[in-house]
Amino acid sequence: MYDDTIAAIATPPGEGGIGVVRLSGREALSIANQIFRPLRPGPLRPYRLRYGHVVEVDGTVVDEALAAYMRAPRSFTCEDVVEFSCHGGPLPVQRTLGLALAAGARLAKPGEFTMRAFLNGRIDLTQAEATLDIIRAQTATGLALAQAQLGGWLAHEVRRIRTDLLEALAYVTVVVDFPEDEVESQDVTPNLSRNLAAVERLLASADQGVVYRQGARVALVGRPNVGKSSLLNALLRADRAIVTPIAGTTRDTLEETANLGGIPVVLIDTAGITESADPVERLGVERSRAALAGADLALLVFDSQRPPEADDMQIAALTLEKPTILVWNKDDTQEPRTGEPRTGQLENRACPERSRREPGTENRMTAEGRIEEPIIAVSSCHSSLAGGSGFSVPGSTLHHPRLIATVATSALTGAGIDELAQSVAQALLGGHAPTAGEAHLVSNPRHRDALERAVTHLRAAMQSRSLAVPTDLLAGDLTTALNALGEITGETVGDDLLDVIFSRFCIGK
Amino acid sequence: MNTTYDIIVIGAGHAGCEAAHAAARMGCRTLLLTIDLDKLAHMSCNPSIGGPAKGHLVREIDAMGGLMGRITDGSFIQIRMLNESKGPAVQALRAQCDKRHYARLMKETLETVPNLDIRQAMVERIVPARTENASTGVSSSDSAFSLQPSAFAVVTHTGWTYHARALVLTTGTFLRGRAITGQAIWGAGRAGEAPAVALGEDLASLGFPLVRLKTGTPPRINARTIDFSQTDVQHGSPVPLHFGHYYHQFAENSLQFATELGESLLTANGQLPTEAFCSPPAPIYPQPYLDGWRPQLPCYLVHTTAEFHELVRQNLDRAPMFSGVIEGVGPRYCPSIEDKIVRFADKERHGLFLEPEGWTTNEVYVQGCNTSLPEDVQWAMLRSIPALRNVELMRVGYAIEYDAVATGEISADMQAKRLAGLFLAGQINGTTGYEEAAAQGLMAGINAARYVQRQPSVILRRDEAYIGVLIDDLVTKEIHEPYRMFTSRAEHRLLLRGDNADLRLTPLAYELGLVDGARAAAVADKQAQVNRTLAELRERRIYPSAATNATLAEAGIVPISGPMNAEELLRRPDVRYAQVKQSFNLPDGPAHVLETVEVEAKYGGYIERQQREVERIRKMESRRIPADFDYAALSGLRNEARAVFLRFCPATLGQASRLAGINPADVAIVLFALERRRERATG
Repeated sequence: MYDDTIAAIATPPGEGGIGVVRLSGREALSIANQIFRPLRPGPLRPYRLRYGHVVEVDGTVVDEALAAYMRAPRSFTCEDVVEFSCHGGPLPVQRTLGLALAAGARLAKPGEFTMRAFLNGRIDLTQAEATLDIIRAQTATGLALAQAQLGGWLAHEVRRIRTDLLEALAYVTVVVDFPEDEVESQDVTPNLSRNLAAVERLLASADQGVVYRQGARVALVGRPNVGKSSLLNALLRADRAIVTPIAGTTRDTLEETANLGGIPVVLIDTAGITESADPVERLGVERSRAALAGADLALLVFDSQRPPEADDMQIAALTLEKPTILVWNKDDTQEPRTGEPRTGQLENRACPERSRREPGTENRMTAEGRIEEPIIAVSSCHSSLAGGSGFSVPGSTLHHPRLIATVATSALTGAGIDELAQSVAQALLGGHAPTAGEAHLVSNPRHRDALERAVTHLRAAMQSRSLAVPTDLLAGDLTTALNALGEITGETVGDDLLDVIFSRFCIGK
Repeated sequence: MNTTYDIIVIGAGHAGCEAAHAAARMGCRTLLLTIDLDKLAHMSCNPSIGGPAKGHLVREIDAMGGLMGRITDGSFIQIRMLNESKGPAVQALRAQCDKRHYARLMKETLETVPNLDIRQAMVERIVPARTENASTGVSSSDSAFSLQPSAFAVVTHTGWTYHARALVLTTGTFLRGRAITGQAIWGAGRAGEAPAVALGEDLASLGFPLVRLKTGTPPRINARTIDFSQTDVQHGSPVPLHFGHYYHQFAENSLQFATELGESLLTANGQLPTEAFCSPPAPIYPQPYLDGWRPQLPCYLVHTTAEFHELVRQNLDRAPMFSGVIEGVGPRYCPSIEDKIVRFADKERHGLFLEPEGWTTNEVYVQGCNTSLPEDVQWAMLRSIPALRNVELMRVGYAIEYDAVATGEISADMQAKRLAGLFLAGQINGTTGYEEAAAQGLMAGINAARYVQRQPSVILRRDEAYIGVLIDDLVTKEIHEPYRMFTSRAEHRLLLRGDNADLRLTPLAYELGLVDGARAAAVADKQAQVNRTLAELRERRIYPSAATNATLAEAGIVPISGPMNAEELLRRPDVRYAQVKQSFNLPDGPAHVLETVEVEAKYGGYIERQQREVERIRKMESRRIPADFDYAALSGLRNEARAVFLRFCPATLGQASRLAGINPADVAIVLFALERRRERATG
């Protein structure tokens, strides 16, 4: 049915230790034999690693590589699969792929290996989606989540909720379908609220899961010379994982990806732009606006060695719509990574420390991205913080409703950088990051959508209870909620409901 | 004389009668064959029609021009509305019928239908034309009666042969039927009637896989031996209720129904046969309701006792249910009393309804007491109930086992997949219940007629009718026990209400020739009135003035705090149309219009949501899978899924997705393959 053989680079793009080129399909082995020359002659044998060279038609060596042959159907796609592990770096990997394509393979579409695995019955739909997530997962935490889901954690949890909810629906159904039978009356409200809470918990994790899987965009804004570039570089250094430079999406910004607390974060920098003669342009208002446009979070950078000025306020005003972390940069007198600023030094200057909170006490962003309470901000003078719901420099005050945290950093000494990374991660996760052990997060949009529908209908059912709406409408909401949950586990309300009914209730003429 | 028909309907139970009526109305020369002409549409079990979901089926059958609703209206001894406070979609009519009168009305009605012949005969063989001469020995002189090529020959027990282009087979419990009481086992289609053994063997030889199902009935007791003073009385409705849709001069407090413009009549002159069936009941049933809108009899409630339970337990070894005598699978929702006592051991008592079987009979049906225990146990256990201390049984309860055709054998037009032109309806498809049978009979009759007339088949969707849900379930679900309709089986039930059955279905019935133009016009008019009234309600502003709130308070309604329109006012749970119609001068209209208006205003939000849901899945639902779709060549399909698909051959992706054991991934694979097929087709 699938006659052609597909090939693709199976590792994420960029500079890695190893790059894998995968071939799948009927011709995988013969193509491999054309482009691979094992060190010791002889055919590739199933499930044996062979060392050798990837070679061009004329015998020129392209790269050293390990070749692994997985014979159908005992492979990921259930087809013949050959994988070449080349040296990392775009060039050898792409060259190897090019040779495979020249030898008759077709470039795989995104996700096509998974699709074949799915079509060949190797994996089911949930697994297929989770696998696609693994492929997309850019960081270790994302990978762990995808693996947990693959192991059926979510299905197990959802199944537990469904089983319990089914009891409530069974009762409601019996009342409606067997009006003449004598059935003891029950209150289903405790069941509903219990399961609503459980689904809501799953959904809360979904918000975080999406962040882990899809990452987030964070814009660094501030007037020139507050140290945005050095801050960016410091954050990139904080990420000890691979850093991939990506060209800026607009001419005026630069984007870099960093792993902050397990989240792939695209940092958008407005620095490094040629200075302009135009004072407004020099301030970078337009660039900042552009950087903020698609961002999930703003890092508003102030220079802690200078009191905020009107320029700072003008940039700050651009961030009002975004969740924002205020960064007092150039706090260079701090010892690296002490966590606590040296307050004595700061008190005589613009003073961030009073607004800096204990770690973990940052105001939380709710699931909808709202902050639970408007944030106090800073002023040029620390003494004004006490009353502070404002944000002022001499002559102007700015209320920032979405300020999440304030952090003092020194790009120079590295002080506060880890704390900033942590604050960014927490802000993106809505205030609480899971530990590695409990990394059970819903990270698939389809699952999240199903959970959201379940919550909507369970809430409606709860409301029906309090409004004395007829029983049947309650049944409708319950069934819809159960079916939404069933989309995750592949179950619909049907005979399982009847099973519960007939085992729990003595009914029938 | 004529032995050649367009359509022959075999069996004249609830399925067969509807099938024959529908086919004849659609212009087909139709023959209805029955083993006993006096038992047309016989109620061999409970003399009751309707209830949740089942009542909806009856309303739909009536909206499609069928008979069951009207015959019930003409013959009930009691009617009630169930679930009145439980929601608009689950309110359901339930009627107790005069069993003999029901059969008589059905016979008299069918006898007036043009194009329809009714004969008494037991069918022994069905011979598809292609094997007619080869294996059956049907002589050429028999076929000489043929006026046109026929697909089937039907051979009766007297050796007579009829021919038809299509058959509707409704065998009920007659296929190799076997009745059981205690150790006594006898061949029976219904108690006292011979089973159709030869036909069962014939079907098996045609290749149909058969399954063995079981159902049961309770004993019938003599009303004169019941101490009614120790029962709780359950009365019928004090206000007029009826299953049929009547648009003309249905007068309250009158026994006169409209004769529905030449359609099937209740009696020849459109009158209820009051004298014969409604005047003083023969045994004196206490507290009859004779002076209201229509005479009705009550039912009477009693409960089992500890002694009753003990007797059952002591005799379990003699219960065929437990001793292994019964092989067939019985329905869980219709359990025998011995089953209930064993499975719910901690339940101290079970309710039993004593239901008169008619105006002029002593026989009383003991609802809730299905049993196949030996006769002596049946006597003893009933007599342990105070009201039944001296009761006498008139008929003993029994279980009945019968053959049904296994699932996967019919497609959604009720036609057998392995034999074109053969349509199956009723218990032969694994269902139970008069209403389920009648609904299938109606659709089998319609589709047999469409088949003969070479017209596309008529398939109701799940969001159009309970009938659609029923048949879709039959073609997609593995039947492990006799199938009964429940409201919970209908996922779009807010759209499938009793009040709008005609709005949903009568336009189609008119198109098919099942109802006449006057009735179609009346339904169109009802729809227009509903729409107009709803529009008016939306425009009617109500302000929270002192006067308004005083009016509301007077009606016991919580005052309003802001302006709203009348529809929004009706949305509040505590507000009924009737309460506020006068005081706010809301539009008036016929009761059947206002009923629908009130429901649509009140639950508009919920209804719209279901409609959106229907729209969402309709595209996928209706995506057709070609009949020649090659599942065997579909690599990647799980073997289990492949087997299910090959067995059921779903006609649409919707059907495919509902098959038991099929998961979304399997459907996705089929969808991918269809897409690929389409890509190839379009180049």
